[in-house]
Amino acid sequence: MPYPESLKKLIEKVVATRPARVERKKNDEEFPALKLEEREPILRDFHPDFIKGTRREIKVGPSKGYAISNEMVDLLEAKSRVNPHLVNLFEPDFETDVLVIGAGGAGTAAALLAAENGAKVTIATKLRHGDANTMMAEGGIQAADKVGKDSPYYHYLDILGGGHFVNDPELVYTMVQNAPDALRWLEGMGTSFSKFEDGRMQTMHGGGTCRKRMHYAADITGAEIMKTIRDEARNHTDMIDVIEFCPAVELVLDDKGRCAGAILYNLETAEYLFVKAKSVIIATGGSGRLHIQNFMTTNHYGATADGIVMAYRAGVPISFLHTVQYHPTGVVFPEQAEGILITEKFRGAGANVLNIHGEQFVYEREPRDVEAACIIRECSPDGRGNGVPTPTGKFGVWLDSPMIDMLKGEGTVRKEFPGKHILFRRFGIDISKEPMLIHPTLHYQNGGLNINNKCETNVPGLFAAGEVSGGVHGENRLMGNSLLDVIVFGRIAGIHAAEYANEHVESDQVNLDHVKRYNEEVEAAGIKEERIAPMLLPDYSNPEVRKKQLTKEYFGTLS
Amino acid sequence: MTEPSETTADLLVPIFFMGKRYEVPASLTIQKALEYAGYQHIRGCGCRGGVCGACGTVFRTPDSYKLQVGLACQTVVQPGMHLMIMPFYPGNRSSFDIEEMNGTGGELAALYPEIFKCIGCNACSQGCPMDIDVMHYMAQAIRGDIAGAAETSFDCIMCGLCASRCPAEEVQFNVAILARRLHARHIILRAEHLHERVKQIDSGKFEEPLRDLMSKSTEELKELYKSRESEPQMAEEDWTPADARYV
Repeated sequence: MPYPESLKKLIEKVVATRPARVERKKNDEEFPALKLEEREPILRDFHPDFIKGTRREIKVGPSKGYAISNEMVDLLEAKSRVNPHLVNLFEPDFETDVLVIGAGGAGTAAALLAAENGAKVTIATKLRHGDANTMMAEGGIQAADKVGKDSPYYHYLDILGGGHFVNDPELVYTMVQNAPDALRWLEGMGTSFSKFEDGRMQTMHGGGTCRKRMHYAADITGAEIMKTIRDEARNHTDMIDVIEFCPAVELVLDDKGRCAGAILYNLETAEYLFVKAKSVIIATGGSGRLHIQNFMTTNHYGATADGIVMAYRAGVPISFLHTVQYHPTGVVFPEQAEGILITEKFRGAGANVLNIHGEQFVYEREPRDVEAACIIRECSPDGRGNGVPTPTGKFGVWLDSPMIDMLKGEGTVRKEFPGKHILFRRFGIDISKEPMLIHPTLHYQNGGLNINNKCETNVPGLFAAGEVSGGVHGENRLMGNSLLDVIVFGRIAGIHAAEYANEHVESDQVNLDHVKRYNEEVEAAGIKEERIAPMLLPDYSNPEVRKKQLTKEYFGTLS
Repeated sequence: MTEPSETTADLLVPIFFMGKRYEVPASLTIQKALEYAGYQHIRGCGCRGGVCGACGTVFRTPDSYKLQVGLACQTVVQPGMHLMIMPFYPGNRSSFDIEEMNGTGGELAALYPEIFKCIGCNACSQGCPMDIDVMHYMAQAIRGDIAGAAETSFDCIMCGLCASRCPAEEVQFNVAILARRLHARHIILRAEHLHERVKQIDSGKFEEPLRDLMSKSTEELKELYKSRESEPQMAEEDWTPADARYV
């Protein structure tokens, strides 16, 4: 849908203030950024994490008493999808050295490194290889590799400032020190990063960075990385086997308490299958499809926190899940594209964020939580009430993309943001001429499973990497550090899981006792609701139709 | 659960999914329209944002004989349309060791000799939901113009619709990713600063400053954070900070 007349009128106000704003930008006169001490009150008053009643304490499991979002607690207080007494663990359907659960960026990087270190790898994934949030990451990947102007020291400081200084220092250290090598690895496989003619990487700012260290492949950086590493995995079919449409639903442990594989659920035949493995890597990604607080999400269809549920039942504690990342800029018009991510790279390239009067109200490169809270304050009737109304009664603010062409030359938007340019063109909007209407959208799971700097969990033989883990980003991740996270820690997990598989003799005594105990604990805690988890896929089917699906319980559907 | 963005208030129109009629709201995308009709997608649904290639769709509308294409997550329904989502299309792929290659057209042709069977019919380009000039990059590949093929195919989401339309039985999307990888690895120059920085890290250059940071109190860290020098937005690539101790 092109902009209706009502919005076109409001765009005139953006056009009116644009020349002066571009002039100021050219002179490096920025809208003042909030001071560190000014951030907190705005977060407290307007960030969704702080709304009362949206979190509660978990009644069961290793992090009992920890208060996180209701939607996540619902999953953790649920019972298993399988009856642990009925599963046949005597005859594995598959046997492998390293089982990787999840086939996004972290899982694929882990598989490549595990194979390189001599392990036979099986990847089990819910949808297709590459169906993951990694594929959808747009803006870039951070690494402090510009010798003479940046270093891991500043990368470390930026990450801590963004994460409210509570990040796990060892994990941050590991990520910033391994970042340049992760980029070198990707470059060596033939990932098409945007470069200068002499081979130097082009880099830009992101929210909360003090140096331009965001590397990118136009505005489809995650897709470019995902396509490249997936293609490389396909060069190693002798070592890496991929089982698609078979999500893991429970981990299997042995008599010594070590992880010994997983139960998969074949989505198409409804069979439960046992994969026996010497070590297991959980790389199942995030949880945007839980629609926390009913927010729209930028996340992949499969982002339903499955790995958190499985590992939590096996005894792995969780942390930093009390904060959730809302990306400041998701599409709010046209409605068909609602929730879709508009990369932070637009703001990194200089696009202002503007209210209904065409005026700036926030510096466009605040850390994500602060930026999102300021936009919500501007839109909310309880805040400043300066939001732009959409035809469906929602509110948004303008992201002034056309000023990028004025700053960096005609055609820059089309060239640097081809993905978004084509998306909006389909709806009759040229974002190099007209601004985008945006609102914060559920984007990233800041926390997750506790791991150390070798990606080990507290369960021997069980590793985790990527969005499913927690600690490196503290309470708020900065742009460009999630792609980095999946590559750095995916590779580390692959190396150590292979090493573990090589060094340990497996046991024949495997069981699902932890699942039986967990089911009992849920009952003992007096949880009345009959829930099962992991949820595997969100159900967006029409409730009116669902009412008529009378046979679904014994027909084997997903919900 | 209902996806928060769904709307059901508007006009219903008929669509035919694999020949079967459903009445769906006129403003919905094909993907959401099928959910409205009662489907829970397993195949044919991925990122829901137009980048993953899971939901390539072919359709016809009553006003034209032409076969049209789109992504189910991006294409709004049209009254009377007949459609099918094509979640998968078989495509042969040749394995290679990128380290052992040089990025020549000959190497690409050796892995995919069938590219020379291309008859130039342009059905692939017409079948591309990303509006990529597929026939052009195939022609570039045939000419050995790896850089050109890489650039032309950059937005490819590997949905397979091109291959489904090809009378010469090409697997264009696998040719394209090979061209992109060869180009990025062997034709454009490597980032020397990256390799230099990796060496510095391996030699322990940042070990002491980082360990020092890790031992600091939150208050000390906050002071360092506040006083860090920011590279100006419009600074050129050769900008250097005043404090060069840690860079």
